[in-house]
Amino acid sequence: MARVLINVPATAKRGSVIQIKTLISHVMEPGFRPGPDGKIIPRDIITLMTCKYNGEEVFRADMFPAVAANPFVTFHTIATESGKLEFAWTGDNGFTETASANITVE
Amino acid sequence: MTAARRIFHILHAASLPACAAAICILSLAAAPLRAGDIPLNQRQSGYDTMGRDTRAMQDDDTANPATLWLLDGEALWSKKEGAAGKACADCHTDAATSMKGVAARYPAFNTKQNKPLDIEGRINNCRTEHQQAQPLPFENKDLLALTAYVARQSRGMAIAPPPENMQPVVDQGRAIFEKRQGQLNLSCAQCHDDNWGRKLAGSAIPQGHPNGYPLYRLEWQSVGSLQRRLRNCLIGMRAEGYALGSPEYVALEAFLMWRARGMKMESPAVRP
Amino acid sequence: MTDINTTRRELLIGAGASGATMLFAVRPAGATPEAMKTAIRKVIGEAKVSTGRIKLDIPPLVENGNTVAMSLTVESPMTAKDYVKGVHIFNERNPQPNVVTFHLGPRAGKADISARIRLSDSQNVIGIAEMSDGSFWSHEISVIVTLAACLEGTN
Ligand code: HEC
Ligand code: HEC
Repeated sequence: MARVLINVPATAKRGSVIQIKTLISHVMEPGFRPGPDGKIIPRDIITLMTCKYNGEEVFRADMFPAVAANPFVTFHTIATESGKLEFAWTGDNGFTETASANITVE
Repeated sequence: MTAARRIFHILHAASLPACAAAICILSLAAAPLRAGDIPLNQRQSGYDTMGRDTRAMQDDDTANPATLWLLDGEALWSKKEGAAGKACADCHTDAATSMKGVAARYPAFNTKQNKPLDIEGRINNCRTEHQQAQPLPFENKDLLALTAYVARQSRGMAIAPPPENMQPVVDQGRAIFEKRQGQLNLSCAQCHDDNWGRKLAGSAIPQGHPNGYPLYRLEWQSVGSLQRRLRNCLIGMRAEGYALGSPEYVALEAFLMWRARGMKMESPAVRP
Repeated sequence: MTDINTTRRELLIGAGASGATMLFAVRPAGATPEAMKTAIRKVIGEAKVSTGRIKLDIPPLVENGNTVAMSLTVESPMTAKDYVKGVHIFNERNPQPNVVTFHLGPRAGKADISARIRLSDSQNVIGIAEMSDGSFWSHEISVIVTLAACLEGTN
C-alpha cells in the first residue's frame, strides 16, 4: 500500500481557483538501471494519475520513467460546488491507489 | 545505488566539473593547516546552502517526501509489537509531548547498557527490552519511519549540549572527525571545518551538521539516517567505513551534536 | 559494488581526456535530440509549434538530477471556448524522451502545474502546450545538472 498525502482546501469561495497538491510514495523504478546482480531492474512506475471532482475528470497526468520517485504533482481547479475530489493512481505490476478529499464551497 | 545511476554521475563528472573536482580534492588533501572549530556565530545549517527549490521542498510538509515516512511512523507508534504485545503509544502515550525534545539530546548515555545510544539504538532498545521484539536492522523502513516520527517532535528545538557523562564519547568522536583517513588522506574536518562554503564537483560543502536527520536525500530518493550519510562521506574519502550501528558512528554522531549545540532541529529535513 | 565507485574515483583523480572518452563508451543508450524530435512529432503530428505562451521553470543549476522541481504556466483565458488541453514535457538526454503529459481543461481555472522530474544529465527540456484551437506553443530551457558528492558504494 502506498502512502498518500493530499492537500485540498477544506473550504473555498464559489468560482475561486484552488491549488491541489498530491504526494504519493512510489519508487518509480525507471526500468533501465542494472541491479547489484548486473541485470536490469524491471520498470515499476506509476503511469497514470487522475483527479475527479464530483465524478467529472478535471486533471490527468501520464507519467513516464522520468518522473521522480515519490511523485509530487500540484495543479489547479475551479471550486464549483461542494463535494468530493477523488484521486486515483495506476501503474506497473497492477499498482492502484486511491484517495479522496471533501471540499465545502460557499 | 546501482551501477547505471553511478554511471550517470560519472557522466556528469565527465562533462564539466570533473577536472575541477580532481583539483579540489587534491588541493584539499594537500592543505597543511587546520583552521579549527567553526566559531559558534558562523555556524549554518545545510539548509542555508541549499538551492531555493530544495529549501521549498523542506518548507512545505506536503512537498517534503519525508512526510510519507512520518505517516508510516505515526501508524507504527500505535501498532502492538513483539511478545509483550505493546505499542510505543501504550507506554509513551502522545508522542507530541513524550518525545518532544528527545531527539535533540541524543546520542545519550544509557547507564543500564553502560554505553551511548543514538536515537535509533534507543528505539531498538525499547523494541527488545520493552516490546520483546527483534531489533530492526539499520536503514530498515520501519526504523527510519519511527526515528523520523520521534525526531519530528523536536523540530524547531535547539540541540542540547551533551551532558558530562557523554564527554568521553564526544572526545572519541572528535578524534575520528579530525583523523586523516582513507586513500585520499583526508579528515572530515578538512572539508567541514576548513572548506565549508566551497564547491566540490559542483556541490557546496556544507558544515556537516546533524540537525536534519533522518532526512530525505534527493540522491537517495529516500529517507536515510545520519549514519548512512556519514558512511557516504567515508566512501567519498575512500576510507574503510564502519558497520552501521558501530560505536564509531555513535561517537561521530555525539561529536556532531556537540558541534551543532544550540542549532535548531529540522527533522525530517531535505538535502540534495 | 565498490569497483564501480573506484572507476568514478579514478575519474575524479585523473580526469584526463582518456578517462572521459573511456567512460563515454559505457554511457547507456539514451535519448538524443533526434529521439526527442521524433517523440514530439508522435504527439503533435505535423502541426506547427510556435514559441511563447508557455513558461517552463526549472532551476538553471540543478542540485541533484534525481529530483528536479519543475513548474509551468500557460497563458490562456481558460474559458469553455479557449483553454489549454494539455502540456507535454520532453527531454533530450534521459533514456526516454517523454517525461510527463498533463491533461486539463476549462475546469482547471488556470494552467499552473508543478511536478518533480529526473534529469540524467545537463540537457534541454521542452514544454509544449496544446490549446483548444489546435495550436501548439513551446518553451525550451537548458538545465545544468551538478554532480552529487559523496555517493554510496552499496545500497
Ligand atoms: C513497555 C513500555 C515501553 C514500550 C512499549 C516502549 N517504550 Fe520507549 N521507553 C520506555 C521506558 C521505561 C523508557 C525510559 C528508559 C528505560 O528505562 O528504558 C523509554 C524510553 C524511550 C526513549 C528515550 C526517551 C528519553 O527521554 O531519553 C525513546 C526515544 C523511546 N522510548 C521510544 C520508543 C519507541 C519508538 C517505542 C515503540 C517502538 C517504544 N519506545 C516502546 C518504555 C517503553
Ligand atoms: C571531501 C570532502 C568531505 C569529507 C572529507 C567529508 N565530507 Fe561530509 N560532506 C561533504 C559534502 C560535499 C557534503 C554534501 C553532500 C551533497 O550535498 O552531495 C557532505 C555532507 C555531510 C553531512 C550532511 C550535512 C547535512 O546538512 O545533512 C554530514 C553530517 C557530514 N558530511 C559529515 C562528515 C563526516 C563525519 C566526515 C568524516 C567521516 C565527512 N563528512 C567527510 C564533503 C565531505
